[in-house]
Amino acid sequence: MKQRLKWAFFVLALVLLPFITDFALGKTWVRILDFALLYAMLALGLNIVVGFAGLLDLGYIAFFAVGAYLYALLASPHFGFHLPFWLLLPMGAFAAGIFGMLLGAPTLRLRGDYLAIVTLGFGEIIRIFLNNLDAPYNITGGPQGLDLIDPIKIGDFSLNHPLGHAVFNYYFLFLILAAAVAFVSIRLQHSRIGRAWVAIREDEIAAEAMGINTRNVKLLAFAMGASFGGLSGGLFAGFEGFVSPESFNLNESIMILCMVVLGGMGHVRGVIFGAILLSVLPEALRYVGPLEESLFGRVIVDAASLRMLLFGLALILVMLLRPAGLWPSGTRRRELAAHGETARHENTNVYDASR
Amino acid sequence: MSTMQAAKLLELENIGKHFGGLAALSDVSLSVRQGDIYALIGPNGAGKTTLFNVITGIYRPDSGSFSLAGAPMAGKKPSEMARSGIARTFQNIRLFANMSALENVMVGRHCRTKSGVLGAIFNGARTKLEEKAIRERAASLLDYVGIGNHAHMLAKNLSYGDQRRLEIARALATEPRLLALDEPAAGMNHAETDSLKSLLERIREDGTTLLLIEHDMKLVMNLCDRLAVLNFGKLIAEGTPEEVSGNPLVVEAYLGVQ
Repeated sequence: MKQRLKWAFFVLALVLLPFITDFALGKTWVRILDFALLYAMLALGLNIVVGFAGLLDLGYIAFFAVGAYLYALLASPHFGFHLPFWLLLPMGAFAAGIFGMLLGAPTLRLRGDYLAIVTLGFGEIIRIFLNNLDAPYNITGGPQGLDLIDPIKIGDFSLNHPLGHAVFNYYFLFLILAAAVAFVSIRLQHSRIGRAWVAIREDEIAAEAMGINTRNVKLLAFAMGASFGGLSGGLFAGFEGFVSPESFNLNESIMILCMVVLGGMGHVRGVIFGAILLSVLPEALRYVGPLEESLFGRVIVDAASLRMLLFGLALILVMLLRPAGLWPSGTRRRELAAHGETARHENTNVYDASR
Repeated sequence: MSTMQAAKLLELENIGKHFGGLAALSDVSLSVRQGDIYALIGPNGAGKTTLFNVITGIYRPDSGSFSLAGAPMAGKKPSEMARSGIARTFQNIRLFANMSALENVMVGRHCRTKSGVLGAIFNGARTKLEEKAIRERAASLLDYVGIGNHAHMLAKNLSYGDQRRLEIARALATEPRLLALDEPAAGMNHAETDSLKSLLERIREDGTTLLLIEHDMKLVMNLCDRLAVLNFGKLIAEGTPEEVSGNPLVVEAYLGVQ
């Protein structure tokens, strides 16, 4: 009952959050919240590959791009298709899943640094393709990207209307889908498949010797992780109404990886926390400029560079002070609990003896 | 002694394995009977672990063939070997260090269970039932090897002897017909070796055939029904402990020629 009350408060807080944010900080910040939710979905997808299965992927943004471009191509005047979002989102997730397997298949024997390099190359290949597929036949719109993408419409209700409310509408859509993605992550983690992923991360040879078909299980991790990326890509395209290759560069892949690592690899709640923190923090640091001005009367250090400097410093500090992430998984806690149990046994024995 | 069973479980025929110019195994033929405890012995570098890796699918033999209960096995992947009934432990313990003891054994159930992604997401009645069965089987295996009270400790925090036991429990979880143990008593003291010996005897009594590499001669002589001696990749003797220990070739391999 208490647990249920806690959940009710939590949900209520999430529902009220955009309105409070709007009241206190304005619509810009509600938009930042929307992006935080998108990033949370992306980070949860990457967490399956990196956190659960232990496969370092530096090209993850490519799957986001696949989902986004699929949506853009099939719901814009570019080709004249206007498919509904409920069809496009699963299609985007599925297409990204296929791309995930395409990346996974040739890299099955690679681990660590080598895998990282190949995935990095893969991410760049996708971006460069998107950049150059405008000639001889214009498929992707090249560097200009694609615009006038249909907004997400539920029945006749476009999430872009009434004007000015779009950020709220999308907030709730993203919230629901992020919750679904988190739910799926948690279910997978505590399943036979999730255990197999972790086993591969811990010792691939032993996992294989215990009867786990490591090839299939790894491909599954790539596909699942990528499909979350594809889903968020579709949402991104519908939300922004515009996609271009520069949204999908290496920096983005690294940012998402930072969210996973900083939050606590393999821990769903930690990863969500990391995603929200890292998408809000750089925006919050924009206030550094005005702050300087009000403190010293003038801007001493250029705000833009100081902002990224502080961001980097924060990352380094977290990794030094909490190498397992800000909110690491339960294994550590379980370990402590086991010690507590042992201690309790010892104590009862002592008590018995003294009696 | 369960020597009355004559059925052959594992049969190797002319197995050969080369690494570059080095013949790690040449022409090794032997057979392990159902229900036996069978040991592979030999000096360091004799090819015991190579043979193990061939049997468990990590290496593909260059020549020869082998079968488990009549079914040809050579060239299968390790996961297929496990599914066909050959489970193993490792010389240098290879547990899933950051998983609990219970989870390690639950992973061993992977190849005997089948719920997939959709099952995991919807977590229906069948998945729940399977998951419950996995957990219960894993817990009972931990009790079986005697570390049931450490079920929730991380594998890396277990004592050395318990880690060896956990590896055995994890291998048993795959329901093997043949359990291959690579130096199970390495690094153990006398008391630990004795209790390991009774565990291995119990596993055999419960119907699993055992194949082990072992350097502890006292354990080998007291425990095994039959054994094979390898030297420089060749089989130099095979038979009961009494037969083998009297063989002049074996004495020579271990002590050198006078």
